[in-house]
Amino acid sequence: MSTCKPMVAAFVLFASAGAVAQEGPHLGVPVSPADVAAWDISIGPSGAGLPQGSGNASAGASVYNTKCIACHGEKGVGKPSDQLVGGNGTLHDAAPVRTVGSYWPYATTLFDYIRRAMPWPQPQSLTPDEIYSLTAYLLFLNGVVGETDVMNATTLPKVVMPNRDNFDVAYHEPRRR
Amino acid sequence: MKKDLSSDALEPVAGNGLLHRRLFLTQGAAVLGSGVALMTARNASAAPLEVPATMKTPGVPASGYGERSRFESKVQRITNGAPPTPGTGGSRTPLEYLEGIITPNPLHFERHHNGVPDIDPEQHRVLIHGLVERPLVFSLDALSRYPLVSRIQFLECSGNSAGMNTPEPAQQGAGGLHGLVSCANWTGVPLSILLQEAGVKPEGKWLLAEGADAAGMSRSVPLAKAYDDAILALYQNGERIRPSNGYPVRLFLPGYEGNMNVKWLRRIKITAEPTMTKDETSKYTDLLPNGRAEMFTFPMGVKSVITSPSGTQKMQGAGLYQISGVAWSGTGKIRRVDVSADRGKTWAQAKLDEPVLSKAIARFRLPWRWDGSPSVLMSRATDEAGNVQPTRAKLMADRGPNYRYHYNAIQSWNVTAAGEIGNVYV
Ligand code: HEC
Repeated sequence: MSTCKPMVAAFVLFASAGAVAQEGPHLGVPVSPADVAAWDISIGPSGAGLPQGSGNASAGASVYNTKCIACHGEKGVGKPSDQLVGGNGTLHDAAPVRTVGSYWPYATTLFDYIRRAMPWPQPQSLTPDEIYSLTAYLLFLNGVVGETDVMNATTLPKVVMPNRDNFDVAYHEPRRR
Repeated sequence: MKKDLSSDALEPVAGNGLLHRRLFLTQGAAVLGSGVALMTARNASAAPLEVPATMKTPGVPASGYGERSRFESKVQRITNGAPPTPGTGGSRTPLEYLEGIITPNPLHFERHHNGVPDIDPEQHRVLIHGLVERPLVFSLDALSRYPLVSRIQFLECSGNSAGMNTPEPAQQGAGGLHGLVSCANWTGVPLSILLQEAGVKPEGKWLLAEGADAAGMSRSVPLAKAYDDAILALYQNGERIRPSNGYPVRLFLPGYEGNMNVKWLRRIKITAEPTMTKDETSKYTDLLPNGRAEMFTFPMGVKSVITSPSGTQKMQGAGLYQISGVAWSGTGKIRRVDVSADRGKTWAQAKLDEPVLSKAIARFRLPWRWDGSPSVLMSRATDEAGNVQPTRAKLMADRGPNYRYHYNAIQSWNVTAAGEIGNVYV
């Protein structure tokens, strides 16, 4: 359990926008939000920044069976890499099974992670439609959405993951003086 | 392990032959320093000393980039089996072979999620954007012109020592069990300067740090940490960071779990909330027996391990030894380390080598006269905030075997009468 006592005196107290920092030489080159689009691939729980496109579980199944099955097994049973499906209700057990369905708190993480990192040998090779479809398929296999439910920028952030409320945040903002 | 049998006059300060830490400060220097001579004197039958061949022939010339002695090639980072996807593994620092507090760069631990990218620094860019007034792009040349700060600090993978969760103790050495920790002199640009130039908006409370590797490693970091002591590290022990440690630039967050210290840093996005990436939800969260999990358990706990004598090494007969080990805490400085040679019944305070630095490895030492009987060696660190390294039994009782990360319990080494040393649960 993370019951670490902090070194209270060691915190440099900050005011979010007006932090006191050393003066720098100002060598950063300004860039417009449009020009960072290709790099801006992270998606938080709000879903802000999700691209256009959509897909459902049946479309996802065919992508999965060509691009993912070798490492994550049929229908996400795992081996050699992570099990992606199942494990519901096992988190109290001696050998809990942590999967997308049993453990992950947010569905947006699935889109974010598949887009940036999978398939492992060719990361960032999937189209938005493929990623939405794979996301829908893995959520469907885990019983979180229906087989024909369409995942897109509007529907995905609304998906409530079964284990969402079972996380406790251990980090606490240092108090300001 | 230095050995000397002439110290019978020295008084024990704790059970089973632990001697006062000052031995090494006063007479210790004389007694231990002359250990080799004393042993030679006792082995009266030593062969006559010959002039070594190295004095009779010129050595090799100077070189551009130094190599260690070929006799040291056995000292390697430790890999525990190859994963089916080779880039997802790591390698550990062979702690039992090292001394002092600095980890040489080629032996710094590594942990990757899709291999080590080969990055051309000319092409590399660091973007700061999101909730800022001015999104900015920095080249490496630009970053290198910023004011630098330099500190000696440890880095520890959150999953270090996870092998200690197994029901039976794994028989490995200090490095095999606990070698996902290293300590280096990290030099870089304070992140606070760059954030000030970009102008963080008042809603900005977190940042997302992202690497330019094939895993696109990404983690959320509270802005308070960014302003406190975070740097964009460019140098590791004086030279440019190694590729396996994030060349050409990595985020360095003193005391925080290794995975957050994003390597090959390419992007910092200021956000209002954490992004909830895969490696802060699915992984690097800590599952408790009640089925709830803790997330954002950032600082690494207070911890120590005896590196000599330690698992897989062998004692060389009864006599005087120096116990030596490493201690560190993600909260601040190590205040003290206590050592036991009798399974935790009695403890003696070890000497800490200078310097003892905040969020750095500290080296501790204590003389021990081993009488040749079965013994259990343990070390227990306390940091300046008063955090005390827990026993394994307490840690397991508090958090169960499925927590996976942040294992920081007391390590016990079992010494048999034959001098074999192994990992033991006490
Ligand atoms: C060559 C093997 C391989 C292939 C093919 C592959 N993956 Fe993976 N996958 C991995 C590995 C290895 C990891 C763990 C990466 C790490 O260490 O961070 C992983 C992790 C994941 C995770 C996170 C699991 C968790 O619980 O944290 C998801 C989700 C995932 N993969 C989805 C996919 C999808 C979807 C595809 C197909 C588009 C795919 N993978 C193809 C090897 C593979």
